[in-house]
Amino acid sequence: MKDKEGGPAPRAARSPRAACSPGEGGEGRLVEMRGIRKSFPGVQASDGIDLRLERGEVLALLGENGAGKSTLMNILVGLYRPDSGEILVRGARAEIESPRDASALGIGMVHQNFMLVDSMTVAENVVLGLRGLPFVPDMKAAKKEILRLSECYNLKVDPDAFIWQLSVGEQQRVEILKLLYRDAEILVLDEPTAVLTPQEAEELSAVVHRMRSEGKSSIFITHKMEEVMSFSDRVMVLRKGKVVAEKATKDTDPKELARLMVGREVLFRVEKGPFSPGATVLELKGVSALDDRGLPALREVDLRIRAGEILGVAGVAGNGQRELAEVITCLRSAKAGSVSINCVDTTGMSPLEVIQSGVAHIPQDRNQVGAVGDMSVASNLAMKGYRQKPLSAAGLIRPSRFRQLAVRLIDLFKISTPSPETRIKFLSGGNIQKSILAREIGACGSLLVAVYPSRGLDIGATEAVRKELVAERDKGKAVLLVSEDIDELISVADTIAVLFEGRVMGLFPSAEADAERIGALMAGMKA
Amino acid sequence: MRLHFEKRKTLSVRALFIVPLASLAVSLVLTGLILLLSKADPFATYAAMFKGAFGSWRAFTETLVKAVPLMLTGLGVSVAFKLKFWNIGAEGQLTVAGVATAWVALFWSPWLPPALLLPVALLVGALAGAAWAGIPAFLKTSLKVDETLVTLMLNYVAILFSEFLYYGPWRDPKGYGFPGTAPFPEAAWLPRIAGRAHAGLYAGLAAALVLWVVLYRTKWGFELSIIGNSQRAARYQGISVRKNIFLAVLLSGALCGLAGSFEVTGISHRLQQGLSIGYGYTAIIVAWMAQLNPLAVPFVSLLLAGLLVGGDQVQMVMGLPAAMGLVLQGMILFPMLAGSLFTEYRVRLSRAEGPTAVALAAAVPAAAQAPAPEAAAQAPASEPSQSEGGTN
Repeated sequence: MKDKEGGPAPRAARSPRAACSPGEGGEGRLVEMRGIRKSFPGVQASDGIDLRLERGEVLALLGENGAGKSTLMNILVGLYRPDSGEILVRGARAEIESPRDASALGIGMVHQNFMLVDSMTVAENVVLGLRGLPFVPDMKAAKKEILRLSECYNLKVDPDAFIWQLSVGEQQRVEILKLLYRDAEILVLDEPTAVLTPQEAEELSAVVHRMRSEGKSSIFITHKMEEVMSFSDRVMVLRKGKVVAEKATKDTDPKELARLMVGREVLFRVEKGPFSPGATVLELKGVSALDDRGLPALREVDLRIRAGEILGVAGVAGNGQRELAEVITCLRSAKAGSVSINCVDTTGMSPLEVIQSGVAHIPQDRNQVGAVGDMSVASNLAMKGYRQKPLSAAGLIRPSRFRQLAVRLIDLFKISTPSPETRIKFLSGGNIQKSILAREIGACGSLLVAVYPSRGLDIGATEAVRKELVAERDKGKAVLLVSEDIDELISVADTIAVLFEGRVMGLFPSAEADAERIGALMAGMKA
Repeated sequence: MRLHFEKRKTLSVRALFIVPLASLAVSLVLTGLILLLSKADPFATYAAMFKGAFGSWRAFTETLVKAVPLMLTGLGVSVAFKLKFWNIGAEGQLTVAGVATAWVALFWSPWLPPALLLPVALLVGALAGAAWAGIPAFLKTSLKVDETLVTLMLNYVAILFSEFLYYGPWRDPKGYGFPGTAPFPEAAWLPRIAGRAHAGLYAGLAAALVLWVVLYRTKWGFELSIIGNSQRAARYQGISVRKNIFLAVLLSGALCGLAGSFEVTGISHRLQQGLSIGYGYTAIIVAWMAQLNPLAVPFVSLLLAGLLVGGDQVQMVMGLPAAMGLVLQGMILFPMLAGSLFTEYRVRLSRAEGPTAVALAAAVPAAAQAPAPEAAAQAPASEPSQSEGGTN
């Protein structure tokens, strides 16, 4: 595996640094950022941040959404220019004006949204954008090098596969390979596990550790405490553009980190009133449905939710949760069985009729479905109520009422946005989710269907979302909560159902639930 | 000196105005170079063009004559484009409507009261345009057939069909072999305002106003903008995507059709060769230059009509090919497309040393001439995940 001399020819302009061999430089400081400041209209995203990264170190950047983690890293990789401050790479002052400059210095970043071309192969994507490439690149050599790298870092991926054929986890591997192929020594990973299954996350952790043993350093952005604990050597906590703490990972614990990150004690348990269920609101009888590919996704599901009850649906993603929510909201038709809401059979109704019968829905995909990125916050908040007075009258919408509604909800749900007219895609994930929640709760008559409502959100936003769900339940509404987070289900839900391959594997009060039992059911083992 | 691109958080109103004007300026410069190559004085040529299009009352009315069909097709195309339905079939919808209007005007007069002949002819024309657009709309919404190809191909079908009629069964027996139908009865003539400019102008302006209200102030318009942005989001909000796209494309076709109906009833008073001089394609430029805003369409139409009329004048006065007007038209589109970079991105210029950067917003016209390839290469890279970046 030690063919550092036999490296392939078509490398970028820089001389190949030995990849997959013992670290060359040994100790030493790779990166130092000094007094970095960067402001956006209305926000100080980086407020005099100092950061250092040693060779062979894994640094976690922890902070809530909007704390300034991504901004700082975008500065390091040359996407943004700092307003002031300086960057030293390997002890020398560096002007990083573009990702290309960063790449030349051995700095690369894996973004949250992958930058891959779907219709091209893995090898083509890896080579794409390299400087000094001949007109017809030598793909054979490139493939060989990719195979070598993927073998030595255990990043299994077929160089001839097309990107669209790959799972999200595999696509991430391609992104990492891209950086390794360019001899990156400093890898920045932006919330790398947000899109991964637990197994994939574990594999990634192994890759990061492998790179560390090669003398490569990584910085990863996260807001998950467990990740900090399992991945990093050192952690830097950011809040509102400032460094609030810097610690060796072994000297801290998740609770302390959470407090540092949010700036106050965090309640991991949610306060809720006593459980006193009322009449049945939602009832599913023998419901079966197909997924987008036409394969069975739900098999004879029987469920009911009563007024004032939160039914938590546990399960590994892709076991029918999305289809369940879509069948209830009539976005997908049931193949068999019946759904009734407040004793009215809703099977076969249109999505609009279900909305009008008082069903609110927080969809799984908040950026493409829940919110319309290029429309304003105010418009997004009005998307349920625009059909009725006061938002519209006689077929005409009333922009002033849109604004009034927006101002009220922004205040009520503490949505932080520069203005109601801002396009919603410029808000952080947490604030987009709060906006959707604000709108849906307003439209909720008797049933709220929430699919992964806290996924990808920081602690503060997660807490806010959970509180709102519980508040709806306390108001006597029925809530269906789909989640992968077992702790969330146990603390928020009253009853828990576990889905596995479209079947309800178990149904029990959350008071009697324990994480182990749920985990076993999620894996398909009969309790 | 290096250029930097940062994505804008909010739309800059100033850029929305400056970019089209700057694009026009850039295209004037580029066309000027072409004129120099053809050994013509650019300034004299532009002066002649301007004079030819706006220099006299008669010239101005001729410009209006060409602005009307551009306005209506531009509006029609804008509606469809808002929904990301790429209707490039305005030419065909216009032609089919011209045929349908001619049919009513020529053959319905024996039994239709004269007062009704014109309104019915216009109505049938608009319906025919809608129906013609309905074909790709139906294929798209029910079978997911790509609309670009279908709308384009149907243009040829429509144009050849109209040729068949005025060369064949509908040809005027007293027309000395001229390809065209007999003239319409006078009851089917659209009243004229001045010169050849006809009442279609009022209709075009009214349509722009009404369409703006429909798109920006009605519930249906709100639903259309949701659909145009994300069909999945629209479905989730209980909005019928297929039905609404279908209806909006019918509206698009009706507007484009109306342009053809006005041409035959207002200008030629018969169906004949040269019904459209590519209005349906220029409509695409109109729509983009107006940034799909109906209220901007009349102004852009007037400008492009001026280029068409002025281009004809150049041929006569300067002895240059009339195609020079078309060259200029094409030259406008490129800087427009490049210019969208400046509405979406903030561009900064920095010196090689020091992190200080000079904002360039005020100097957009100058920057618009910056080498486009470099801009294009950097733009995708400067689209980082904007999940945070500080609005929180």
